[in-house]
Amino acid sequence: MPLSILIWLPAACGVLGALIATATGRSASARPTSVITAAGEHADSATGGPANASAARAPGALALLGTVAALGLAIGYIADYSPGTSGLTHVTDVVWISELGIHYKLGIDGLNVMLIGLATLLFAMATLAANLRQWNRPQLFYFHFMLAESAVLGAFLAQDLALFVAFFDLMLIPFYFMIGMWGRGERPERVRATLKLVIYTLVGSLLMLSAAIATGVLASEQNGAPLTFVLSNLQTLPLSTGSQEWIFLFFAAAFLVKMPAFPLHGWMPDGYRTMPIEVLMVFSGVLSKVGAYGFLRIALPLYPQAAAHFQTLMLLIALASILYGSMVAFTQTDARLIAGFSSVAQMGFITLGIFSLNPQGAQGALLQMVNHGLVVAPLLFIVALLARRAGGSEDIREMGGIAFRAPVLAALFLIVALATLAMPGSANFVGEFLILLGVFQAKLAIAIIAFAGVVMASVYALRLFIRALHNRVGKGVEARDIGLLDRVVLVPVVSVILFFAVYPQLALRRGEDSVKAAVAPAQAAATPVRTASRKPTFAQAMSQFQAGPVTGTGNGEAAGARP
Amino acid sequence: MSAVLASATLKGPHVDFAGLSPLMALLGGAVVVLLVGLLGSAWVRAHLVPALSLGALAATLGLTIWQWGEEKSILAGALRIDDLSLLLTMLLAIGGAATVLLAWRSLAAREAAHGEFHALLLTSIGGMSLLAAAQNTVALFIGLELLSIPLYVLCATEMRREHSLESGLKYLIIGSVGSATLLYGLALIYGATGATDFTTIAAAISSKGLASDVLLLTGIALCLVGLAFKSSVAPFHQWTPDVYEGAPTPVTAFMAVATKIAALGVFLRFFDVALIEAQHSWGPAVATLAAITIVVGNVGALGQSSLKRMLAYSSVAQAGYLLAGVVVATQLGVRATVFYLAVYLFMNMAAFAVIVARERQAGHGDKVQSVAGLGHTNPWLAWPLTLSMLSLAGIPATAGFIGKFYLIDAAVSGGYTWLGVVIVIGSMISLGYYLPVIAAMWMGEAPVPASGTPTPAPLPALAGGSPELEEDSPSTPVKSPQPEVLFVAVLAGAATLFFGLVPQPLFDLVHGAGSGLGLF
Repeated sequence: MPLSILIWLPAACGVLGALIATATGRSASARPTSVITAAGEHADSATGGPANASAARAPGALALLGTVAALGLAIGYIADYSPGTSGLTHVTDVVWISELGIHYKLGIDGLNVMLIGLATLLFAMATLAANLRQWNRPQLFYFHFMLAESAVLGAFLAQDLALFVAFFDLMLIPFYFMIGMWGRGERPERVRATLKLVIYTLVGSLLMLSAAIATGVLASEQNGAPLTFVLSNLQTLPLSTGSQEWIFLFFAAAFLVKMPAFPLHGWMPDGYRTMPIEVLMVFSGVLSKVGAYGFLRIALPLYPQAAAHFQTLMLLIALASILYGSMVAFTQTDARLIAGFSSVAQMGFITLGIFSLNPQGAQGALLQMVNHGLVVAPLLFIVALLARRAGGSEDIREMGGIAFRAPVLAALFLIVALATLAMPGSANFVGEFLILLGVFQAKLAIAIIAFAGVVMASVYALRLFIRALHNRVGKGVEARDIGLLDRVVLVPVVSVILFFAVYPQLALRRGEDSVKAAVAPAQAAATPVRTASRKPTFAQAMSQFQAGPVTGTGNGEAAGARP
Repeated sequence: MSAVLASATLKGPHVDFAGLSPLMALLGGAVVVLLVGLLGSAWVRAHLVPALSLGALAATLGLTIWQWGEEKSILAGALRIDDLSLLLTMLLAIGGAATVLLAWRSLAAREAAHGEFHALLLTSIGGMSLLAAAQNTVALFIGLELLSIPLYVLCATEMRREHSLESGLKYLIIGSVGSATLLYGLALIYGATGATDFTTIAAAISSKGLASDVLLLTGIALCLVGLAFKSSVAPFHQWTPDVYEGAPTPVTAFMAVATKIAALGVFLRFFDVALIEAQHSWGPAVATLAAITIVVGNVGALGQSSLKRMLAYSSVAQAGYLLAGVVVATQLGVRATVFYLAVYLFMNMAAFAVIVARERQAGHGDKVQSVAGLGHTNPWLAWPLTLSMLSLAGIPATAGFIGKFYLIDAAVSGGYTWLGVVIVIGSMISLGYYLPVIAAMWMGEAPVPASGTPTPAPLPALAGGSPELEEDSPSTPVKSPQPEVLFVAVLAGAATLFFGLVPQPLFDLVHGAGSGLGLF
């Protein structure tokens, strides 16, 4: 089944829902409110009336259908992907713009197979959560929400640099509308927040646009090949080191802003505060992963020399994100921002793993992307549930003391919190372990400092858990357990967390080969210094010790092969 | 003596009427429209005249399609008929048709008398078409004046509004300075090369080794300044916001779109054909101008409360993007410029159509408040403007993204990578003023109609004006947007989206545009 169906199914459902709601809304409100609709501005209050309740529900139901179907497709792709495969499967390759060498090329490999699973799962969960609420102008909300899912899936599946950039930029636009139109807070405040978020993140993306074009043009010029943006072709057209370096920095800026990483996270607090929680669940759970994924998919394979060159810089940024994010997370009292800054820290770990530039670290990073998405979305949903019990406040000082009255909620929260702090036994532990193992091999000092981040994670996660559920009962807190509908939202995701805790190999084995292939060029670029300075001298010393003149490449095997 | 004169046969050039036919359709249409406008019936004036102008433009479009694929010089080498000039004429005809629709029930057309208004419009389009095909400095200058003089008048057609008059006067003065500078430059180039023909100039520059000749370079500099005035390239752009704001909105739309198409067309042909041998002298200068223009335009647009002013600065910035395709002087650059011009036509027409609709409806003029809450009250206007703003900012899935992609591609492969980066920096700044418009539409509240019904101040009496003109008060706000304005908005918005998803037809169209210029 072509991947285009997976990508465009949600958007199609969104459009269909909008059309149905507009059509039924209009016909139902045509007669009694014709006077009002002529004046215009009351048109949407009319659709909120009882006559149009079903019309208002239709977009949400259709969106749910679309996301669940997309989730089903994604699970099918995960099951279908056999761990040993290297290279792309399910490739769709159509020429989109022949003059510019841009292809509409999609494909699944080990890098994105679990991430599309994550994306569809979280979108399905968030759509379900959104269906529990009334939205003003639901057809527009679900249209934007579904467009966002399509764009995110497109970014994960794109195998053409220009197509990736297009989806990467496009996925932000629905969020501009969703935050501005349905965000929390007063209108000017939320408009400012959404503008800040979009400009901040688009600044990075636009730099990436010019870098992507330069990649295609310069790679084809320097190698005398026709212009192309297909990733697999670009990998065979090496760029000169000078071009690689500035291009890499432009890409890194885009990805780090999106994650967000420490010095570039300025949009995050305002954005997190104003987003509706359902939107924030996917934004934090999925969109930040696109940035990290971009490093593995594009930056490392296409610009290996530059990645090796800037390895230390990137590791330091990652380290700064871990320390800064963790520290701010345990000084915050807004539960959302605790989740937000913990994401900064977690994304720091992921960056750390990627830029260890060896397979263990990168594999840990890939696993951790899935893990972080899986924990942060339920965490935010729980925050919303708790806020509903604490009179709408998301301040942890006003929560607390409901663990005994709400045992199921508390248990679910505990699982999520323990997974967040990477408790041994959770998949997050495996992920962080692999990341640190990778960094340990690459840069010892950085790994040692990064360990502090693991400790700090337990501080902020447990602090959030204790303050929100235990302690004294907050003023105006109403202790009530999780409702059935909310359980339907939360339990599936938590069970996926538990499943991965038992069987992280599902993700690890599928990612293994592709991660190795993605990291290999950068690893090769990063290591010759060491192999040239240390290992060969050792081998040479050995061979000289054996009093045999070495004519081969000077490695131990060649020396040992001599009788 | 007189006998000699009488017996001498004047040898006129061979006239290729087929090649000239689009131009003849435009100028002939102007004459017909002017005459029909003299007829008595009000209905004829208000509806038949615009319909005839549309007919003339449709004929022009048809004739360019008929001529499509021709490669020839006509009128003794004065004009060049090739894919570039035909495509630009096609775009001009489309832009002109949109203008006619926007002006159909406008105050400007009524006040200036319909016949005159549309005749001036068609003449101006004729001048632009001439300019796009000019292959000779004389034809270039004639085209430029033919385009400019009617425009000066058109700007002032709402003659009882002070701003309109001011706009016309300002444009006249600045435009004349630009024309004079250009003419001086052309004269100097003639002095240096001894030729008026573009190809002969190019040949003279290379054969006489004039590339660093002071006379020639001074001429080029003056020409650059003259054309920069016309295409509102910074630092010669200061007139743009005032003139755009003051002019009647349909005329502003026409100026923003059509003038830019014609000016960039002549930039392409003059610089990339006649002066191609001196490219290493003017290349860096034009690139610097482009970079300055991008920054100045985008920064100027920030914080503007008038949509027309905002779009004026944005058009300055867009001129900077477009120059990037001229600078590189490659076929790819020409194609990218023409592609972007086509895209620019659609996205600007969508925006201006919405402004026209709201001006007649909301009573807030062209202020940003006029579109506040439009997403709730009239999605049919809100979506085109949204798409237009996103496209102007270069967001994917709109044609603006592909256009910008193409321009950056051309800049990078022409060795001007830094200019490509400047283009994206400009796009970043531009988000700061395009996105707030979208926010106003979708996230704002529809404003209370300004002080009940907007009662316009009684207009000053017009010398020689007849009371029959006042039959229906011109500024009565209309309840819902007029169908023809809505049509332009929706069609242009749809085109913006369509060419963003399926750009191939447009690429096929511009494919030949670069090949006629003898570039590599």
